[in-house]
Amino acid sequence: MSPPASPTAPRVLDLDGITKRFGPVTANEDVSLHLDRGEIVSLLGENGAGKTTLMSILFGQYTADAGTVRVEGQELPPGKPRAAIRAGVGMVHQHFALAPNLTVLENVMTGTEPLWKLRSDRAGGRARLMALSEKFGLKVDPDARVSDLSVGECQRVEVLKALYNDARILILDEPTAVLTAQEAEGLFSTLREMAQKGLSLIFISHKLHEVMSASDRVVVLRRGRVVAERRTSQTSKEELASLMVGREVKRPARPPSTPGRVLLEAADVHVGGRGGASLKGVSFRLHAGETLGIIGVSGNGQTTLAGLVSGLHAPDSGSLLIDGQTPARHDVPHAIAAGIGRIPEDRNAEGSIGDMTTWENAVLERIWSPEFSRRGMVKRAAARAATEAIIRDYDVRGATVEGRIRLLSGGNMQKLILGRVLNAGPDILVAAQPSRGLDEGAIAGVHERLLEARGRGAGVLLISEDLEEVIGLSDRIRAIVNGRLSPAIPVEKADAQTLGLMMAGDWSAAAALEAEASHAL
Amino acid sequence: MRFERRDHPSRALTLLAPVGAILVALLVAGGLIALAGANPLRAYGLILKGAFGSRLGISETLTRATPLILTGLAAAVAFRARLWNIGGEGQLYMGALAVAGFGMIPALGAMPAPLAILLCLAVGAVAGMVLLLVPLGLRLKFGVDEVVTTLLLNFVAVLFVSLMIEGAMKDPLAFGWPQSVPVPDSAVLPQLMARTRLHLGLLIAVAAAVFTWWLQSRTVFGMRARAAGLNPRAAAFAGVPLGRTLIAVACLSGGMAGLAGAIEVMGVKGYVTTDLSPSYGYSGIIIAMLANLNPIGVIGAALFSAVMFVGADSMSRALSIPSYIADVTVALSLLTMLVAIFLTQYRIRR
Repeated sequence: MSPPASPTAPRVLDLDGITKRFGPVTANEDVSLHLDRGEIVSLLGENGAGKTTLMSILFGQYTADAGTVRVEGQELPPGKPRAAIRAGVGMVHQHFALAPNLTVLENVMTGTEPLWKLRSDRAGGRARLMALSEKFGLKVDPDARVSDLSVGECQRVEVLKALYNDARILILDEPTAVLTAQEAEGLFSTLREMAQKGLSLIFISHKLHEVMSASDRVVVLRRGRVVAERRTSQTSKEELASLMVGREVKRPARPPSTPGRVLLEAADVHVGGRGGASLKGVSFRLHAGETLGIIGVSGNGQTTLAGLVSGLHAPDSGSLLIDGQTPARHDVPHAIAAGIGRIPEDRNAEGSIGDMTTWENAVLERIWSPEFSRRGMVKRAAARAATEAIIRDYDVRGATVEGRIRLLSGGNMQKLILGRVLNAGPDILVAAQPSRGLDEGAIAGVHERLLEARGRGAGVLLISEDLEEVIGLSDRIRAIVNGRLSPAIPVEKADAQTLGLMMAGDWSAAAALEAEASHAL
Repeated sequence: MRFERRDHPSRALTLLAPVGAILVALLVAGGLIALAGANPLRAYGLILKGAFGSRLGISETLTRATPLILTGLAAAVAFRARLWNIGGEGQLYMGALAVAGFGMIPALGAMPAPLAILLCLAVGAVAGMVLLLVPLGLRLKFGVDEVVTTLLLNFVAVLFVSLMIEGAMKDPLAFGWPQSVPVPDSAVLPQLMARTRLHLGLLIAVAAAVFTWWLQSRTVFGMRARAAGLNPRAAAFAGVPLGRTLIAVACLSGGMAGLAGAIEVMGVKGYVTTDLSPSYGYSGIIIAMLANLNPIGVIGAALFSAVMFVGADSMSRALSIPSYIADVTVALSLLTMLVAIFLTQYRIRR
């Protein structure tokens, strides 16, 4: 299965049989990967496929449960980032690790000199930085403050920092996620140049066209396993897409349902970016008894869209009608009172308060309702009874009514959240990344609940980066790209290629399919 | 050596933490007493005797505990919601000054005592609130760190008190001493024990602690305030109005500290001076930590602190050990308590 490496280039990196589990979730299972000098290997996979975990093990940030890492034949001690750096491994993180108040030179030199040295050899450092900058065509001003640099420049500094530490193997974790198209092109040519000068690179991405244009070889990860390895010259985007998503898309029984009345209608909604990507004119309709799936590359406005429907953001312009009405206020209590059930994207940061009890977590978002409070006093007995019902009906394991919720596993936490949302009988369900980070069994449970809600006539807005999930659950699919929504295509017409084009912002095919579907009605 | 988070910090451990912390603090302070040339056991015996050995001692200890309960509550309530109010001292002084100023209104003297007392308590509490709402406003609006602003406002408040009692509010009958005009008799808190300084304030403080406990554990507001403190993002997702909740918490916290100042004026001194409070506001922070932010626990922690201070006074007269040992012990207990809190949540693994 593994294509032959060029016979002349020596092997620089060997990952052998890496396995890593987090509780019940297997992040990497028996993953082996090698890298030759001067080679660029892409690690391709969806979110949660285990790419970042694997690289964190290589870089010594995690300790593998099994398997070895060898750099130029020498085995690296596990869990020691310093040893990895000394062996010549450099990592450029997706989120930069630079001090904004220091200059480029200061950032690059930080950590390279012993602390007790009284004088910093700035002249030597500068000369070395400039030489590296010259050699690899990475232009920077060593005296510029990092806070004044653009994102692309910051990334250059990160790369130079790794090179300054004598990195011979460079790992780039989704380096283009923050770059503009032109900056990304620039980065790719730099990577080529670095490879020609003898560096070996691992390029992590879930974007197919980047992988195709940047790398020599592609390793595809799915659910923590290596599912394929291809020379870039001998594969295609289509093949990689189907490898990444999985050859056969498993579709759970999605019973037919006839869409009912319009429950949620957004018309040209703009929401300014408050910490997230903004929405720039979003329009869609959600009917009773249907699931509308929203796919897209992360960071294109999914979080803001979920926040809009959840009542966290009010539209700056445009309208959002819930069951034909404009809510009196766009806030959380009004959203919930209007029948919106919300499954948050981040269970731990948004969906729960770890140091509060299970019952408090179960009722907090509806504490204002007469069911759980009267004249400002919490109805503790009612709250406890409701929580017990959730724990029982949704099989939340490891939870006690009075216990703190912090220790629940992801799957059980999600069951509790589903329970508190669904037991309120919402008409509209907004589920953001509902199965992220869950194991297979838990995912199946979540999907069953979502289908159940749809079956009893709720409208489900499913926002997910997991294509398989969206295809399996949705009736119609839209893509979100840069704060805008694509036309909706019926799921029957959704193949990897069409969805890929939609996520890439090419909507001509989708528009045709949408028109065709509306004719058929 | 590694620290590992305990999955379920046991209830017993949580309750024992303050006791252990105080014992260790006493042990270390005992070393200092020995260093100063006295027998630590004898010194502690004398401290207990001084604090509890006589009717006067008991009344003094309780009198001393009264403002400490209130400033302890002020800190505990705020810290629960992660509002770092270090300004209890300043809020206390503003409460005191406001009561003294309000007392200068002639009509107050003619009022029935219960009404006058209630009005004065309200005025003191509101003054404390106002002084905390300013830094909270700065935090909500501009993201200014309230640790810095509340701390610095303490000095502003004390200097403002100084300005007022040297000027507009100076008592003309005080032979030139910088002190305010005394509050009228109708606003003086009744005594609880004859021929002692113990006054109604103690009951008010205890009632405030019980009220705070009820508020935190039984009401929607209390639940929201805790949620906002523990995880603001999740609280916002659940629809907790963060700004409004913090404002309410600040009113409660500043109000308690302001009440402490009002009660000191109305129950003990009768007027305001710049040495009204021997750092009650700062001690409140220690007391809140010792109590693990539990309002009922605050009563116990305030008593511990009061015993140390009152007892150390009489101990130092007998043994010629400086009474500063009380400050040292109470301060040490904060440090040991911080370690104890850490150890209830983590265990040490090799």
